Amino acid sequence: MTALTRGSGRPNQWLRNLNAKIASIPMILTAVVIFLGGTIWTVVYSFTNSKLLPRLSFVGLDQYERLWAAPRWIISIQNLALYGFFSLVFSLVIGFVLAALMDQKIRFENTFRTIMLYPFALSFIVTGLVWQWLLNPQFGIQSIVRSLGWESFSFDPLYDADIVIYGILIAALWQGTGLVMCLMLAGLRGIDEDIWKAARVDGIPMWKTYVLIIIPMMRGVFITTLVIIASGIVKVYDLVVAQTSGGPGIASEVPAKYVYDYMFQAQNLGQGFAASTMMLITVAIIIVPWAYLEFGGGRKRG
Amino acid sequence: MKLRSLAGALAATVALPFGLAQATDLEVTHWWTSGGEAAAVAELAKAFDATGNKWVDGAIAGSGGTARPIMISRITGGDPMGATQFNHGRQAEELVEAGLMRDLTDVATRENWKEIVKPASLLDSCTIEGKIYCAPVNIHSWQWLWLSNAAFKQAGVPVPKNWDEFVAAGPALEKAGIIPLAVGGQPWQAAGAFDVLMVAIAGKDVFEQVFAKKDEEVAAGAEIAKVFKAADDARRLSKGTNVQDWNQATNLVITGKAGGQIMGDWAQGEFQVAGQKAGVDYTCLPGLGVNEVISTGGDAFYFPLLEDEEKSKAQEVLASTLLNPKTQVAFNLKKGSLPVRGDVDLATANDCMKKGLEILAKGNVIQGTDQLLSADSQKQKEDLFSEFFANPSMTPEDAQKRFAEIIAAAD
Repeated sequence: MTALTRGSGRPNQWLRNLNAKIASIPMILTAVVIFLGGTIWTVVYSFTNSKLLPRLSFVGLDQYERLWAAPRWIISIQNLALYGFFSLVFSLVIGFVLAALMDQKIRFENTFRTIMLYPFALSFIVTGLVWQWLLNPQFGIQSIVRSLGWESFSFDPLYDADIVIYGILIAALWQGTGLVMCLMLAGLRGIDEDIWKAARVDGIPMWKTYVLIIIPMMRGVFITTLVIIASGIVKVYDLVVAQTSGGPGIASEVPAKYVYDYMFQAQNLGQGFAASTMMLITVAIIIVPWAYLEFGGGRKRG
Repeated sequence: MKLRSLAGALAATVALPFGLAQATDLEVTHWWTSGGEAAAVAELAKAFDATGNKWVDGAIAGSGGTARPIMISRITGGDPMGATQFNHGRQAEELVEAGLMRDLTDVATRENWKEIVKPASLLDSCTIEGKIYCAPVNIHSWQWLWLSNAAFKQAGVPVPKNWDEFVAAGPALEKAGIIPLAVGGQPWQAAGAFDVLMVAIAGKDVFEQVFAKKDEEVAAGAEIAKVFKAADDARRLSKGTNVQDWNQATNLVITGKAGGQIMGDWAQGEFQVAGQKAGVDYTCLPGLGVNEVISTGGDAFYFPLLEDEEKSKAQEVLASTLLNPKTQVAFNLKKGSLPVRGDVDLATANDCMKKGLEILAKGNVIQGTDQLLSADSQKQKEDLFSEFFANPSMTPEDAQKRFAEIIAAAD
């Protein structure tokens, strides 16, 4: 931004560090042409009645009207909201608690850290399949508990339309909390030892130190984590496909799957583009306030 | 120096695929991956290889819903295969209109397809603006109820002869711990089962008014309300089918864990692979035993426009091989479908196929929904019925209202 306000007598900002700027031209072009260009193209075509192939015959807001009238889209949005809220809360809470426990100078910390982070090394497809088997009533958790003698035990979230989204949430948390823990742990390690000593001298209980001193000091880490989790939530697709393919019925559908299905299976690009534009708006709602908090106003970071 | 050798290695990896693909190699993509289907497609490959060309198999697992997007994006993305399966009808319509598919009119006139392909509606579905763009290979009909004789014996009730008897036998099956009706979780299965119920219960005329003429008043009317009532029965009977794929659901019938399944005649291939005999181990009821009508949808091969001349020639050879009488018999016997030409000898066909041939000869045929509706409307229908079958709290009346809306918006 400052580059635009010239005339203060200083040398031209554009020419500073020229080599670096020239070197980054390809990346800037990639970003502008592919990301920005692709986005604009998608938004423009979402106002057309493109079927299998894109064509420019505009139909106004028809695609959006149909989208918001489709029960499947509404269910997708509800699922995303539920999944998003709980996965945000639980992965932050569990991740932070694990990190705090890990920070108590325990033995074998490396081993525990590896174990916790390990699920993150698996793709969502593998995670989904593993949990599909675990939650399958015929040979998963339910059948094991029943074979132990508790005959009436019933646990089949993936086959119950009312709670299926929580079955997916379990798998997502198992996969994702390890990463959150590592980020938090890095944040905790960045806190000066002297702060802890001072708190101890003042006789502040440990939980209070965490809540009132440490967490506010970790604001940067929290915001970064929040953005990583949030963008993961909006694009959730493969986990659902691997675990339930949107079933039972359409009970565990998510927006990204709607986009794919309508673009390719239904051969209705316009409808898919309208849905993906709505997803873009969701992401923008998350990213813009963050970017403003982080970079806006020239204030220094926390 | 180092850079050059690297470039050489890169060039080698790029050149390799071209080296492998000889002029007469033709990659054929399809979604025939279950046991019976794979056995049938091997017959096609054998027949094509016998012409001196080579069939490069490009099977894509996961049924048409998964395979078609891959095929379409390969064709639109400039990496076309030699030939590809589609259900003939409207699935490839826009690809043809965009000039991406090859016109087969020459081959068709030379080999007189107009005379030999029966019923004629099959070739009509391949024809766009007077030109023929696909080679039909089989007739598949959806309108079958497959019953496990063993399951009914276990439940102590006679094997039903029509849909009403089947519904009545439901409680007895349930008591014996058998799922009365197997419906897999893939959305197209629920939608297909509904179409079958419609033609069986409301009849051919109503079916045509709804799907061919897109008459929303009929779709919202009393006849279709009856169909939704039957779909409600089907939903109740299908409770507990915790499988996804259609062949897993068929397997429940084969093993006697389920009483029956509404599925197209491709299910027959699975019974055959399992070594079961029509009439002895399983029973088939065309048109659910109510209205003996079958749809003449099916599979066809489309040929993308290729620049390579040798490959284009091989495409012609493949097209005529597919309609060759010998190939037709060998393929369709394994697949459990009916041949597209009326002049071939199917003496070795089993009971169920003979029933199908009889109905075909009588002319009790309708067009398949893939031929009548666009992929978009089909998908909306799938969304509706997969929700309906999975969600017992959705009333038939609500579902019918939404069904009528889909028909009203269909093009």
